Amino acid sequence: MRKIRTIALVSILALLFAACGGDDTESTETTETTAASVDEGITVGVSWNNYNEERWARWDEPAIKEALDAAGATYISTDAGSSAEQQLADVENLIAQGADALIILAQDGTAILPAVQSALDQGIPVIAYDRLIENPGTLYITFDNIGVGKLMAEVIFEQVPTGNYIIIKGNQADANADFLRDGIEQVIGAAVSAGDITIVGETYTDNWDGAIAQTHTEQFLTQANNDVQAVISENDGMATGVVAALEAQGLAGTVPVSGQDGDQTALNRVALGTQSVSVWKDARQLGKAAGEAAVALANGTALGSVAGVVQFDSPGGNSMTSILLTPLAITRDNLDLVLDAGWITKDALCANVEAGTVAVCD
Amino acid sequence: MSDTPVGETTAPEPLTDQPAGGAVRRLVQSGVRLFRVTEVDPRLLGMLAALVVIWLLFNVLSGGTFLTPRNLWNLSVQTAVVAIMATGMVLVIVTRNIDLSVGSMLGMIGMAIAILQNEILPRWLGFDHWVIWIIAVVAALLIGAVVGAFQGAIVAYVGVPSFIVTLGGLLVWGGARWALSSGRTIAPMDATFQLFGGGARGSLGAELSWVIGVLGCVGVVAMLWNGRRQRRRFQFPLRPMWAEIFLGIVACAAIIGSITMLNRYFKPPTLAEGATDVAFGLAYPVLITLAVALAVTFVANRTRFGRYVYAIGGNPEAAELGGINTRWMIVRTFMLMGILVAIAAIVQVARLNAATSGLGTLAELYVIAAAVIGGTSFSGGIGTIPGAVLGALVMQSLQSGMVLMGVDAPIQDIVVGIVLVVAVAIDTAYRRRVAR
Repeated sequence: MRKIRTIALVSILALLFAACGGDDTESTETTETTAASVDEGITVGVSWNNYNEERWARWDEPAIKEALDAAGATYISTDAGSSAEQQLADVENLIAQGADALIILAQDGTAILPAVQSALDQGIPVIAYDRLIENPGTLYITFDNIGVGKLMAEVIFEQVPTGNYIIIKGNQADANADFLRDGIEQVIGAAVSAGDITIVGETYTDNWDGAIAQTHTEQFLTQANNDVQAVISENDGMATGVVAALEAQGLAGTVPVSGQDGDQTALNRVALGTQSVSVWKDARQLGKAAGEAAVALANGTALGSVAGVVQFDSPGGNSMTSILLTPLAITRDNLDLVLDAGWITKDALCANVEAGTVAVCD
Repeated sequence: MSDTPVGETTAPEPLTDQPAGGAVRRLVQSGVRLFRVTEVDPRLLGMLAALVVIWLLFNVLSGGTFLTPRNLWNLSVQTAVVAIMATGMVLVIVTRNIDLSVGSMLGMIGMAIAILQNEILPRWLGFDHWVIWIIAVVAALLIGAVVGAFQGAIVAYVGVPSFIVTLGGLLVWGGARWALSSGRTIAPMDATFQLFGGGARGSLGAELSWVIGVLGCVGVVAMLWNGRRQRRRFQFPLRPMWAEIFLGIVACAAIIGSITMLNRYFKPPTLAEGATDVAFGLAYPVLITLAVALAVTFVANRTRFGRYVYAIGGNPEAAELGGINTRWMIVRTFMLMGILVAIAAIVQVARLNAATSGLGTLAELYVIAAAVIGGTSFSGGIGTIPGAVLGALVMQSLQSGMVLMGVDAPIQDIVVGIVLVVAVAIDTAYRRRVAR
């Protein structure tokens, strides 16, 4: 809000100064150039739901800005401070400021619907950023959760094409746990039905809790008498428990373990070799895609013609035009990516790693 | 609990004239007499019986895996965290209070000492310095004692119901856990500290386990001997000598049997330099649990504080009029709870070798359930520490057993929930019968 007020104040002052300017010819010139720049340049309005969350300021916003700068577009933004009502007003403000396209990180995907509809009615394209807004007129940009499951399973499957698997799923109440499982199934399903892979243990985990994952893994290892060749864990927190259970049997490092989130400790385990992969969603990738799509839409590209879109059936029964980004599978071979991105410090990544085992740590 | 089937089988029996029925009845009756003479708490015995039934059932259903030394060793370690906290929860519930904050508190303390030994101390001392684990343990106990005493003081001196105070605590310490880490996972822990969690190195090995077993056995005999002497001194009725010997033999057999079992779980060759006959033995977290259970039992039964706690639970007004400083006793009860939470946090963090942002979530429910399954009454004044430890063991047996069977987490929750209510229902019914 404060930003908007400042911008409004400055523009009013600028107009006054322009009006009071001495020579007539000069002032017409300036008006002409301003008008021209408004016509040519695109303004993209971003409505954050809560800018105080570290992630948005640190990773997403710079990426959006960079993409807009590259296209010569202007970035304006508002922060709703976690208030759904405030965000309704914010969207109207952004439109009033002349936004040609909107990127909305919705506080509440339902409460925001009237503002979104009103923007679309005025011909202003809307991008639902990372969180779904149930309006098929919007472009939904997020990471592909089924893809995350596929990626982690692919890395494990490549290392262990046959053998006994343990699958540690997330919280049963979280739809993501099943999306991930779907992705895993796409990779190993055929090998399971062919009998190459046997799932010797599979369970949900309350609250994605690492301690519970540890107990479950201990029990599965006991039942299988340690005859387990791979563990697919749906996130890094649970992988912590899985690796602790494997360590107690001297199996850590020999049995591949998966995870996701790019947790610092998990990336350290990848460097140590006790975890094979952590699937990492690079927020900058999301920001870049949103910035580019916003420019394309503002330039009149039709929703279905934006580069990389697919149709995605939402939980609300809408067929959403979406960009589903593929996250990165971070393994021992590409740890430089997280390091170069500034996602993790070298100290944290390489703690206790023996010299000569991982290239980026030397 | 054990009396209930006795009553049911004996009642219809007189109608049948079959000699076999009479024999069964005689057997059951002599069994009952045995309990009476040995003065064993029938409810504790009932729980043991239930545990045996659960174990045998799971052993069949899991294809013989449940009763292997390895699984029983797992079970002993997995029970530790909840059992440690349950011993304190018994005393809290006995004083007619409740502590809902133990899970969040465990998470907060765990996170604090994880950060201490992983980020703060290594800056000056370097990683794995010998003093780090000591500082971490002392810090945990201090935080636990202060936080517990603080909550207890609000309950006792401000007069806010403990349900509300600790519900607030659940939110506050849960938030503090998150604020300390901003959602990160902190790992790994100090190398020595990790031993508290069991794992590959964190157990006594065969020889020391035997020493503990023999010491335990000697302790039991000494206790029986001393008890008999005291009874004679104050001219209390004595148990017959055969009952004393019987008790001693049973207890010793149980101790030696457990140790034998744990010593038959051998380390995988990769952990024992290729040898296949190196036993894990008693794990440190189990040793800690046993020590805690013994200490709290001693506090509850043999100290003035313990007597006061049960007196307050039985009748708060009478206790107060009798000159007991009830408020201070409540503060001390919560402080003890806090210290036990700290010990549990040490074991939990060491075992996971990490502190995660969700550490300890919902642990309060398991702790309260363990205390209640173990016969602690919400109406106050009643509850035993061994009962709570057994309660924790029953619950963990159900969960671990179901994982072995491949039962998924939601179904596990359903079963544990039902068992909780049924156990308390049986207990209540039994108590009502005895009261009549």
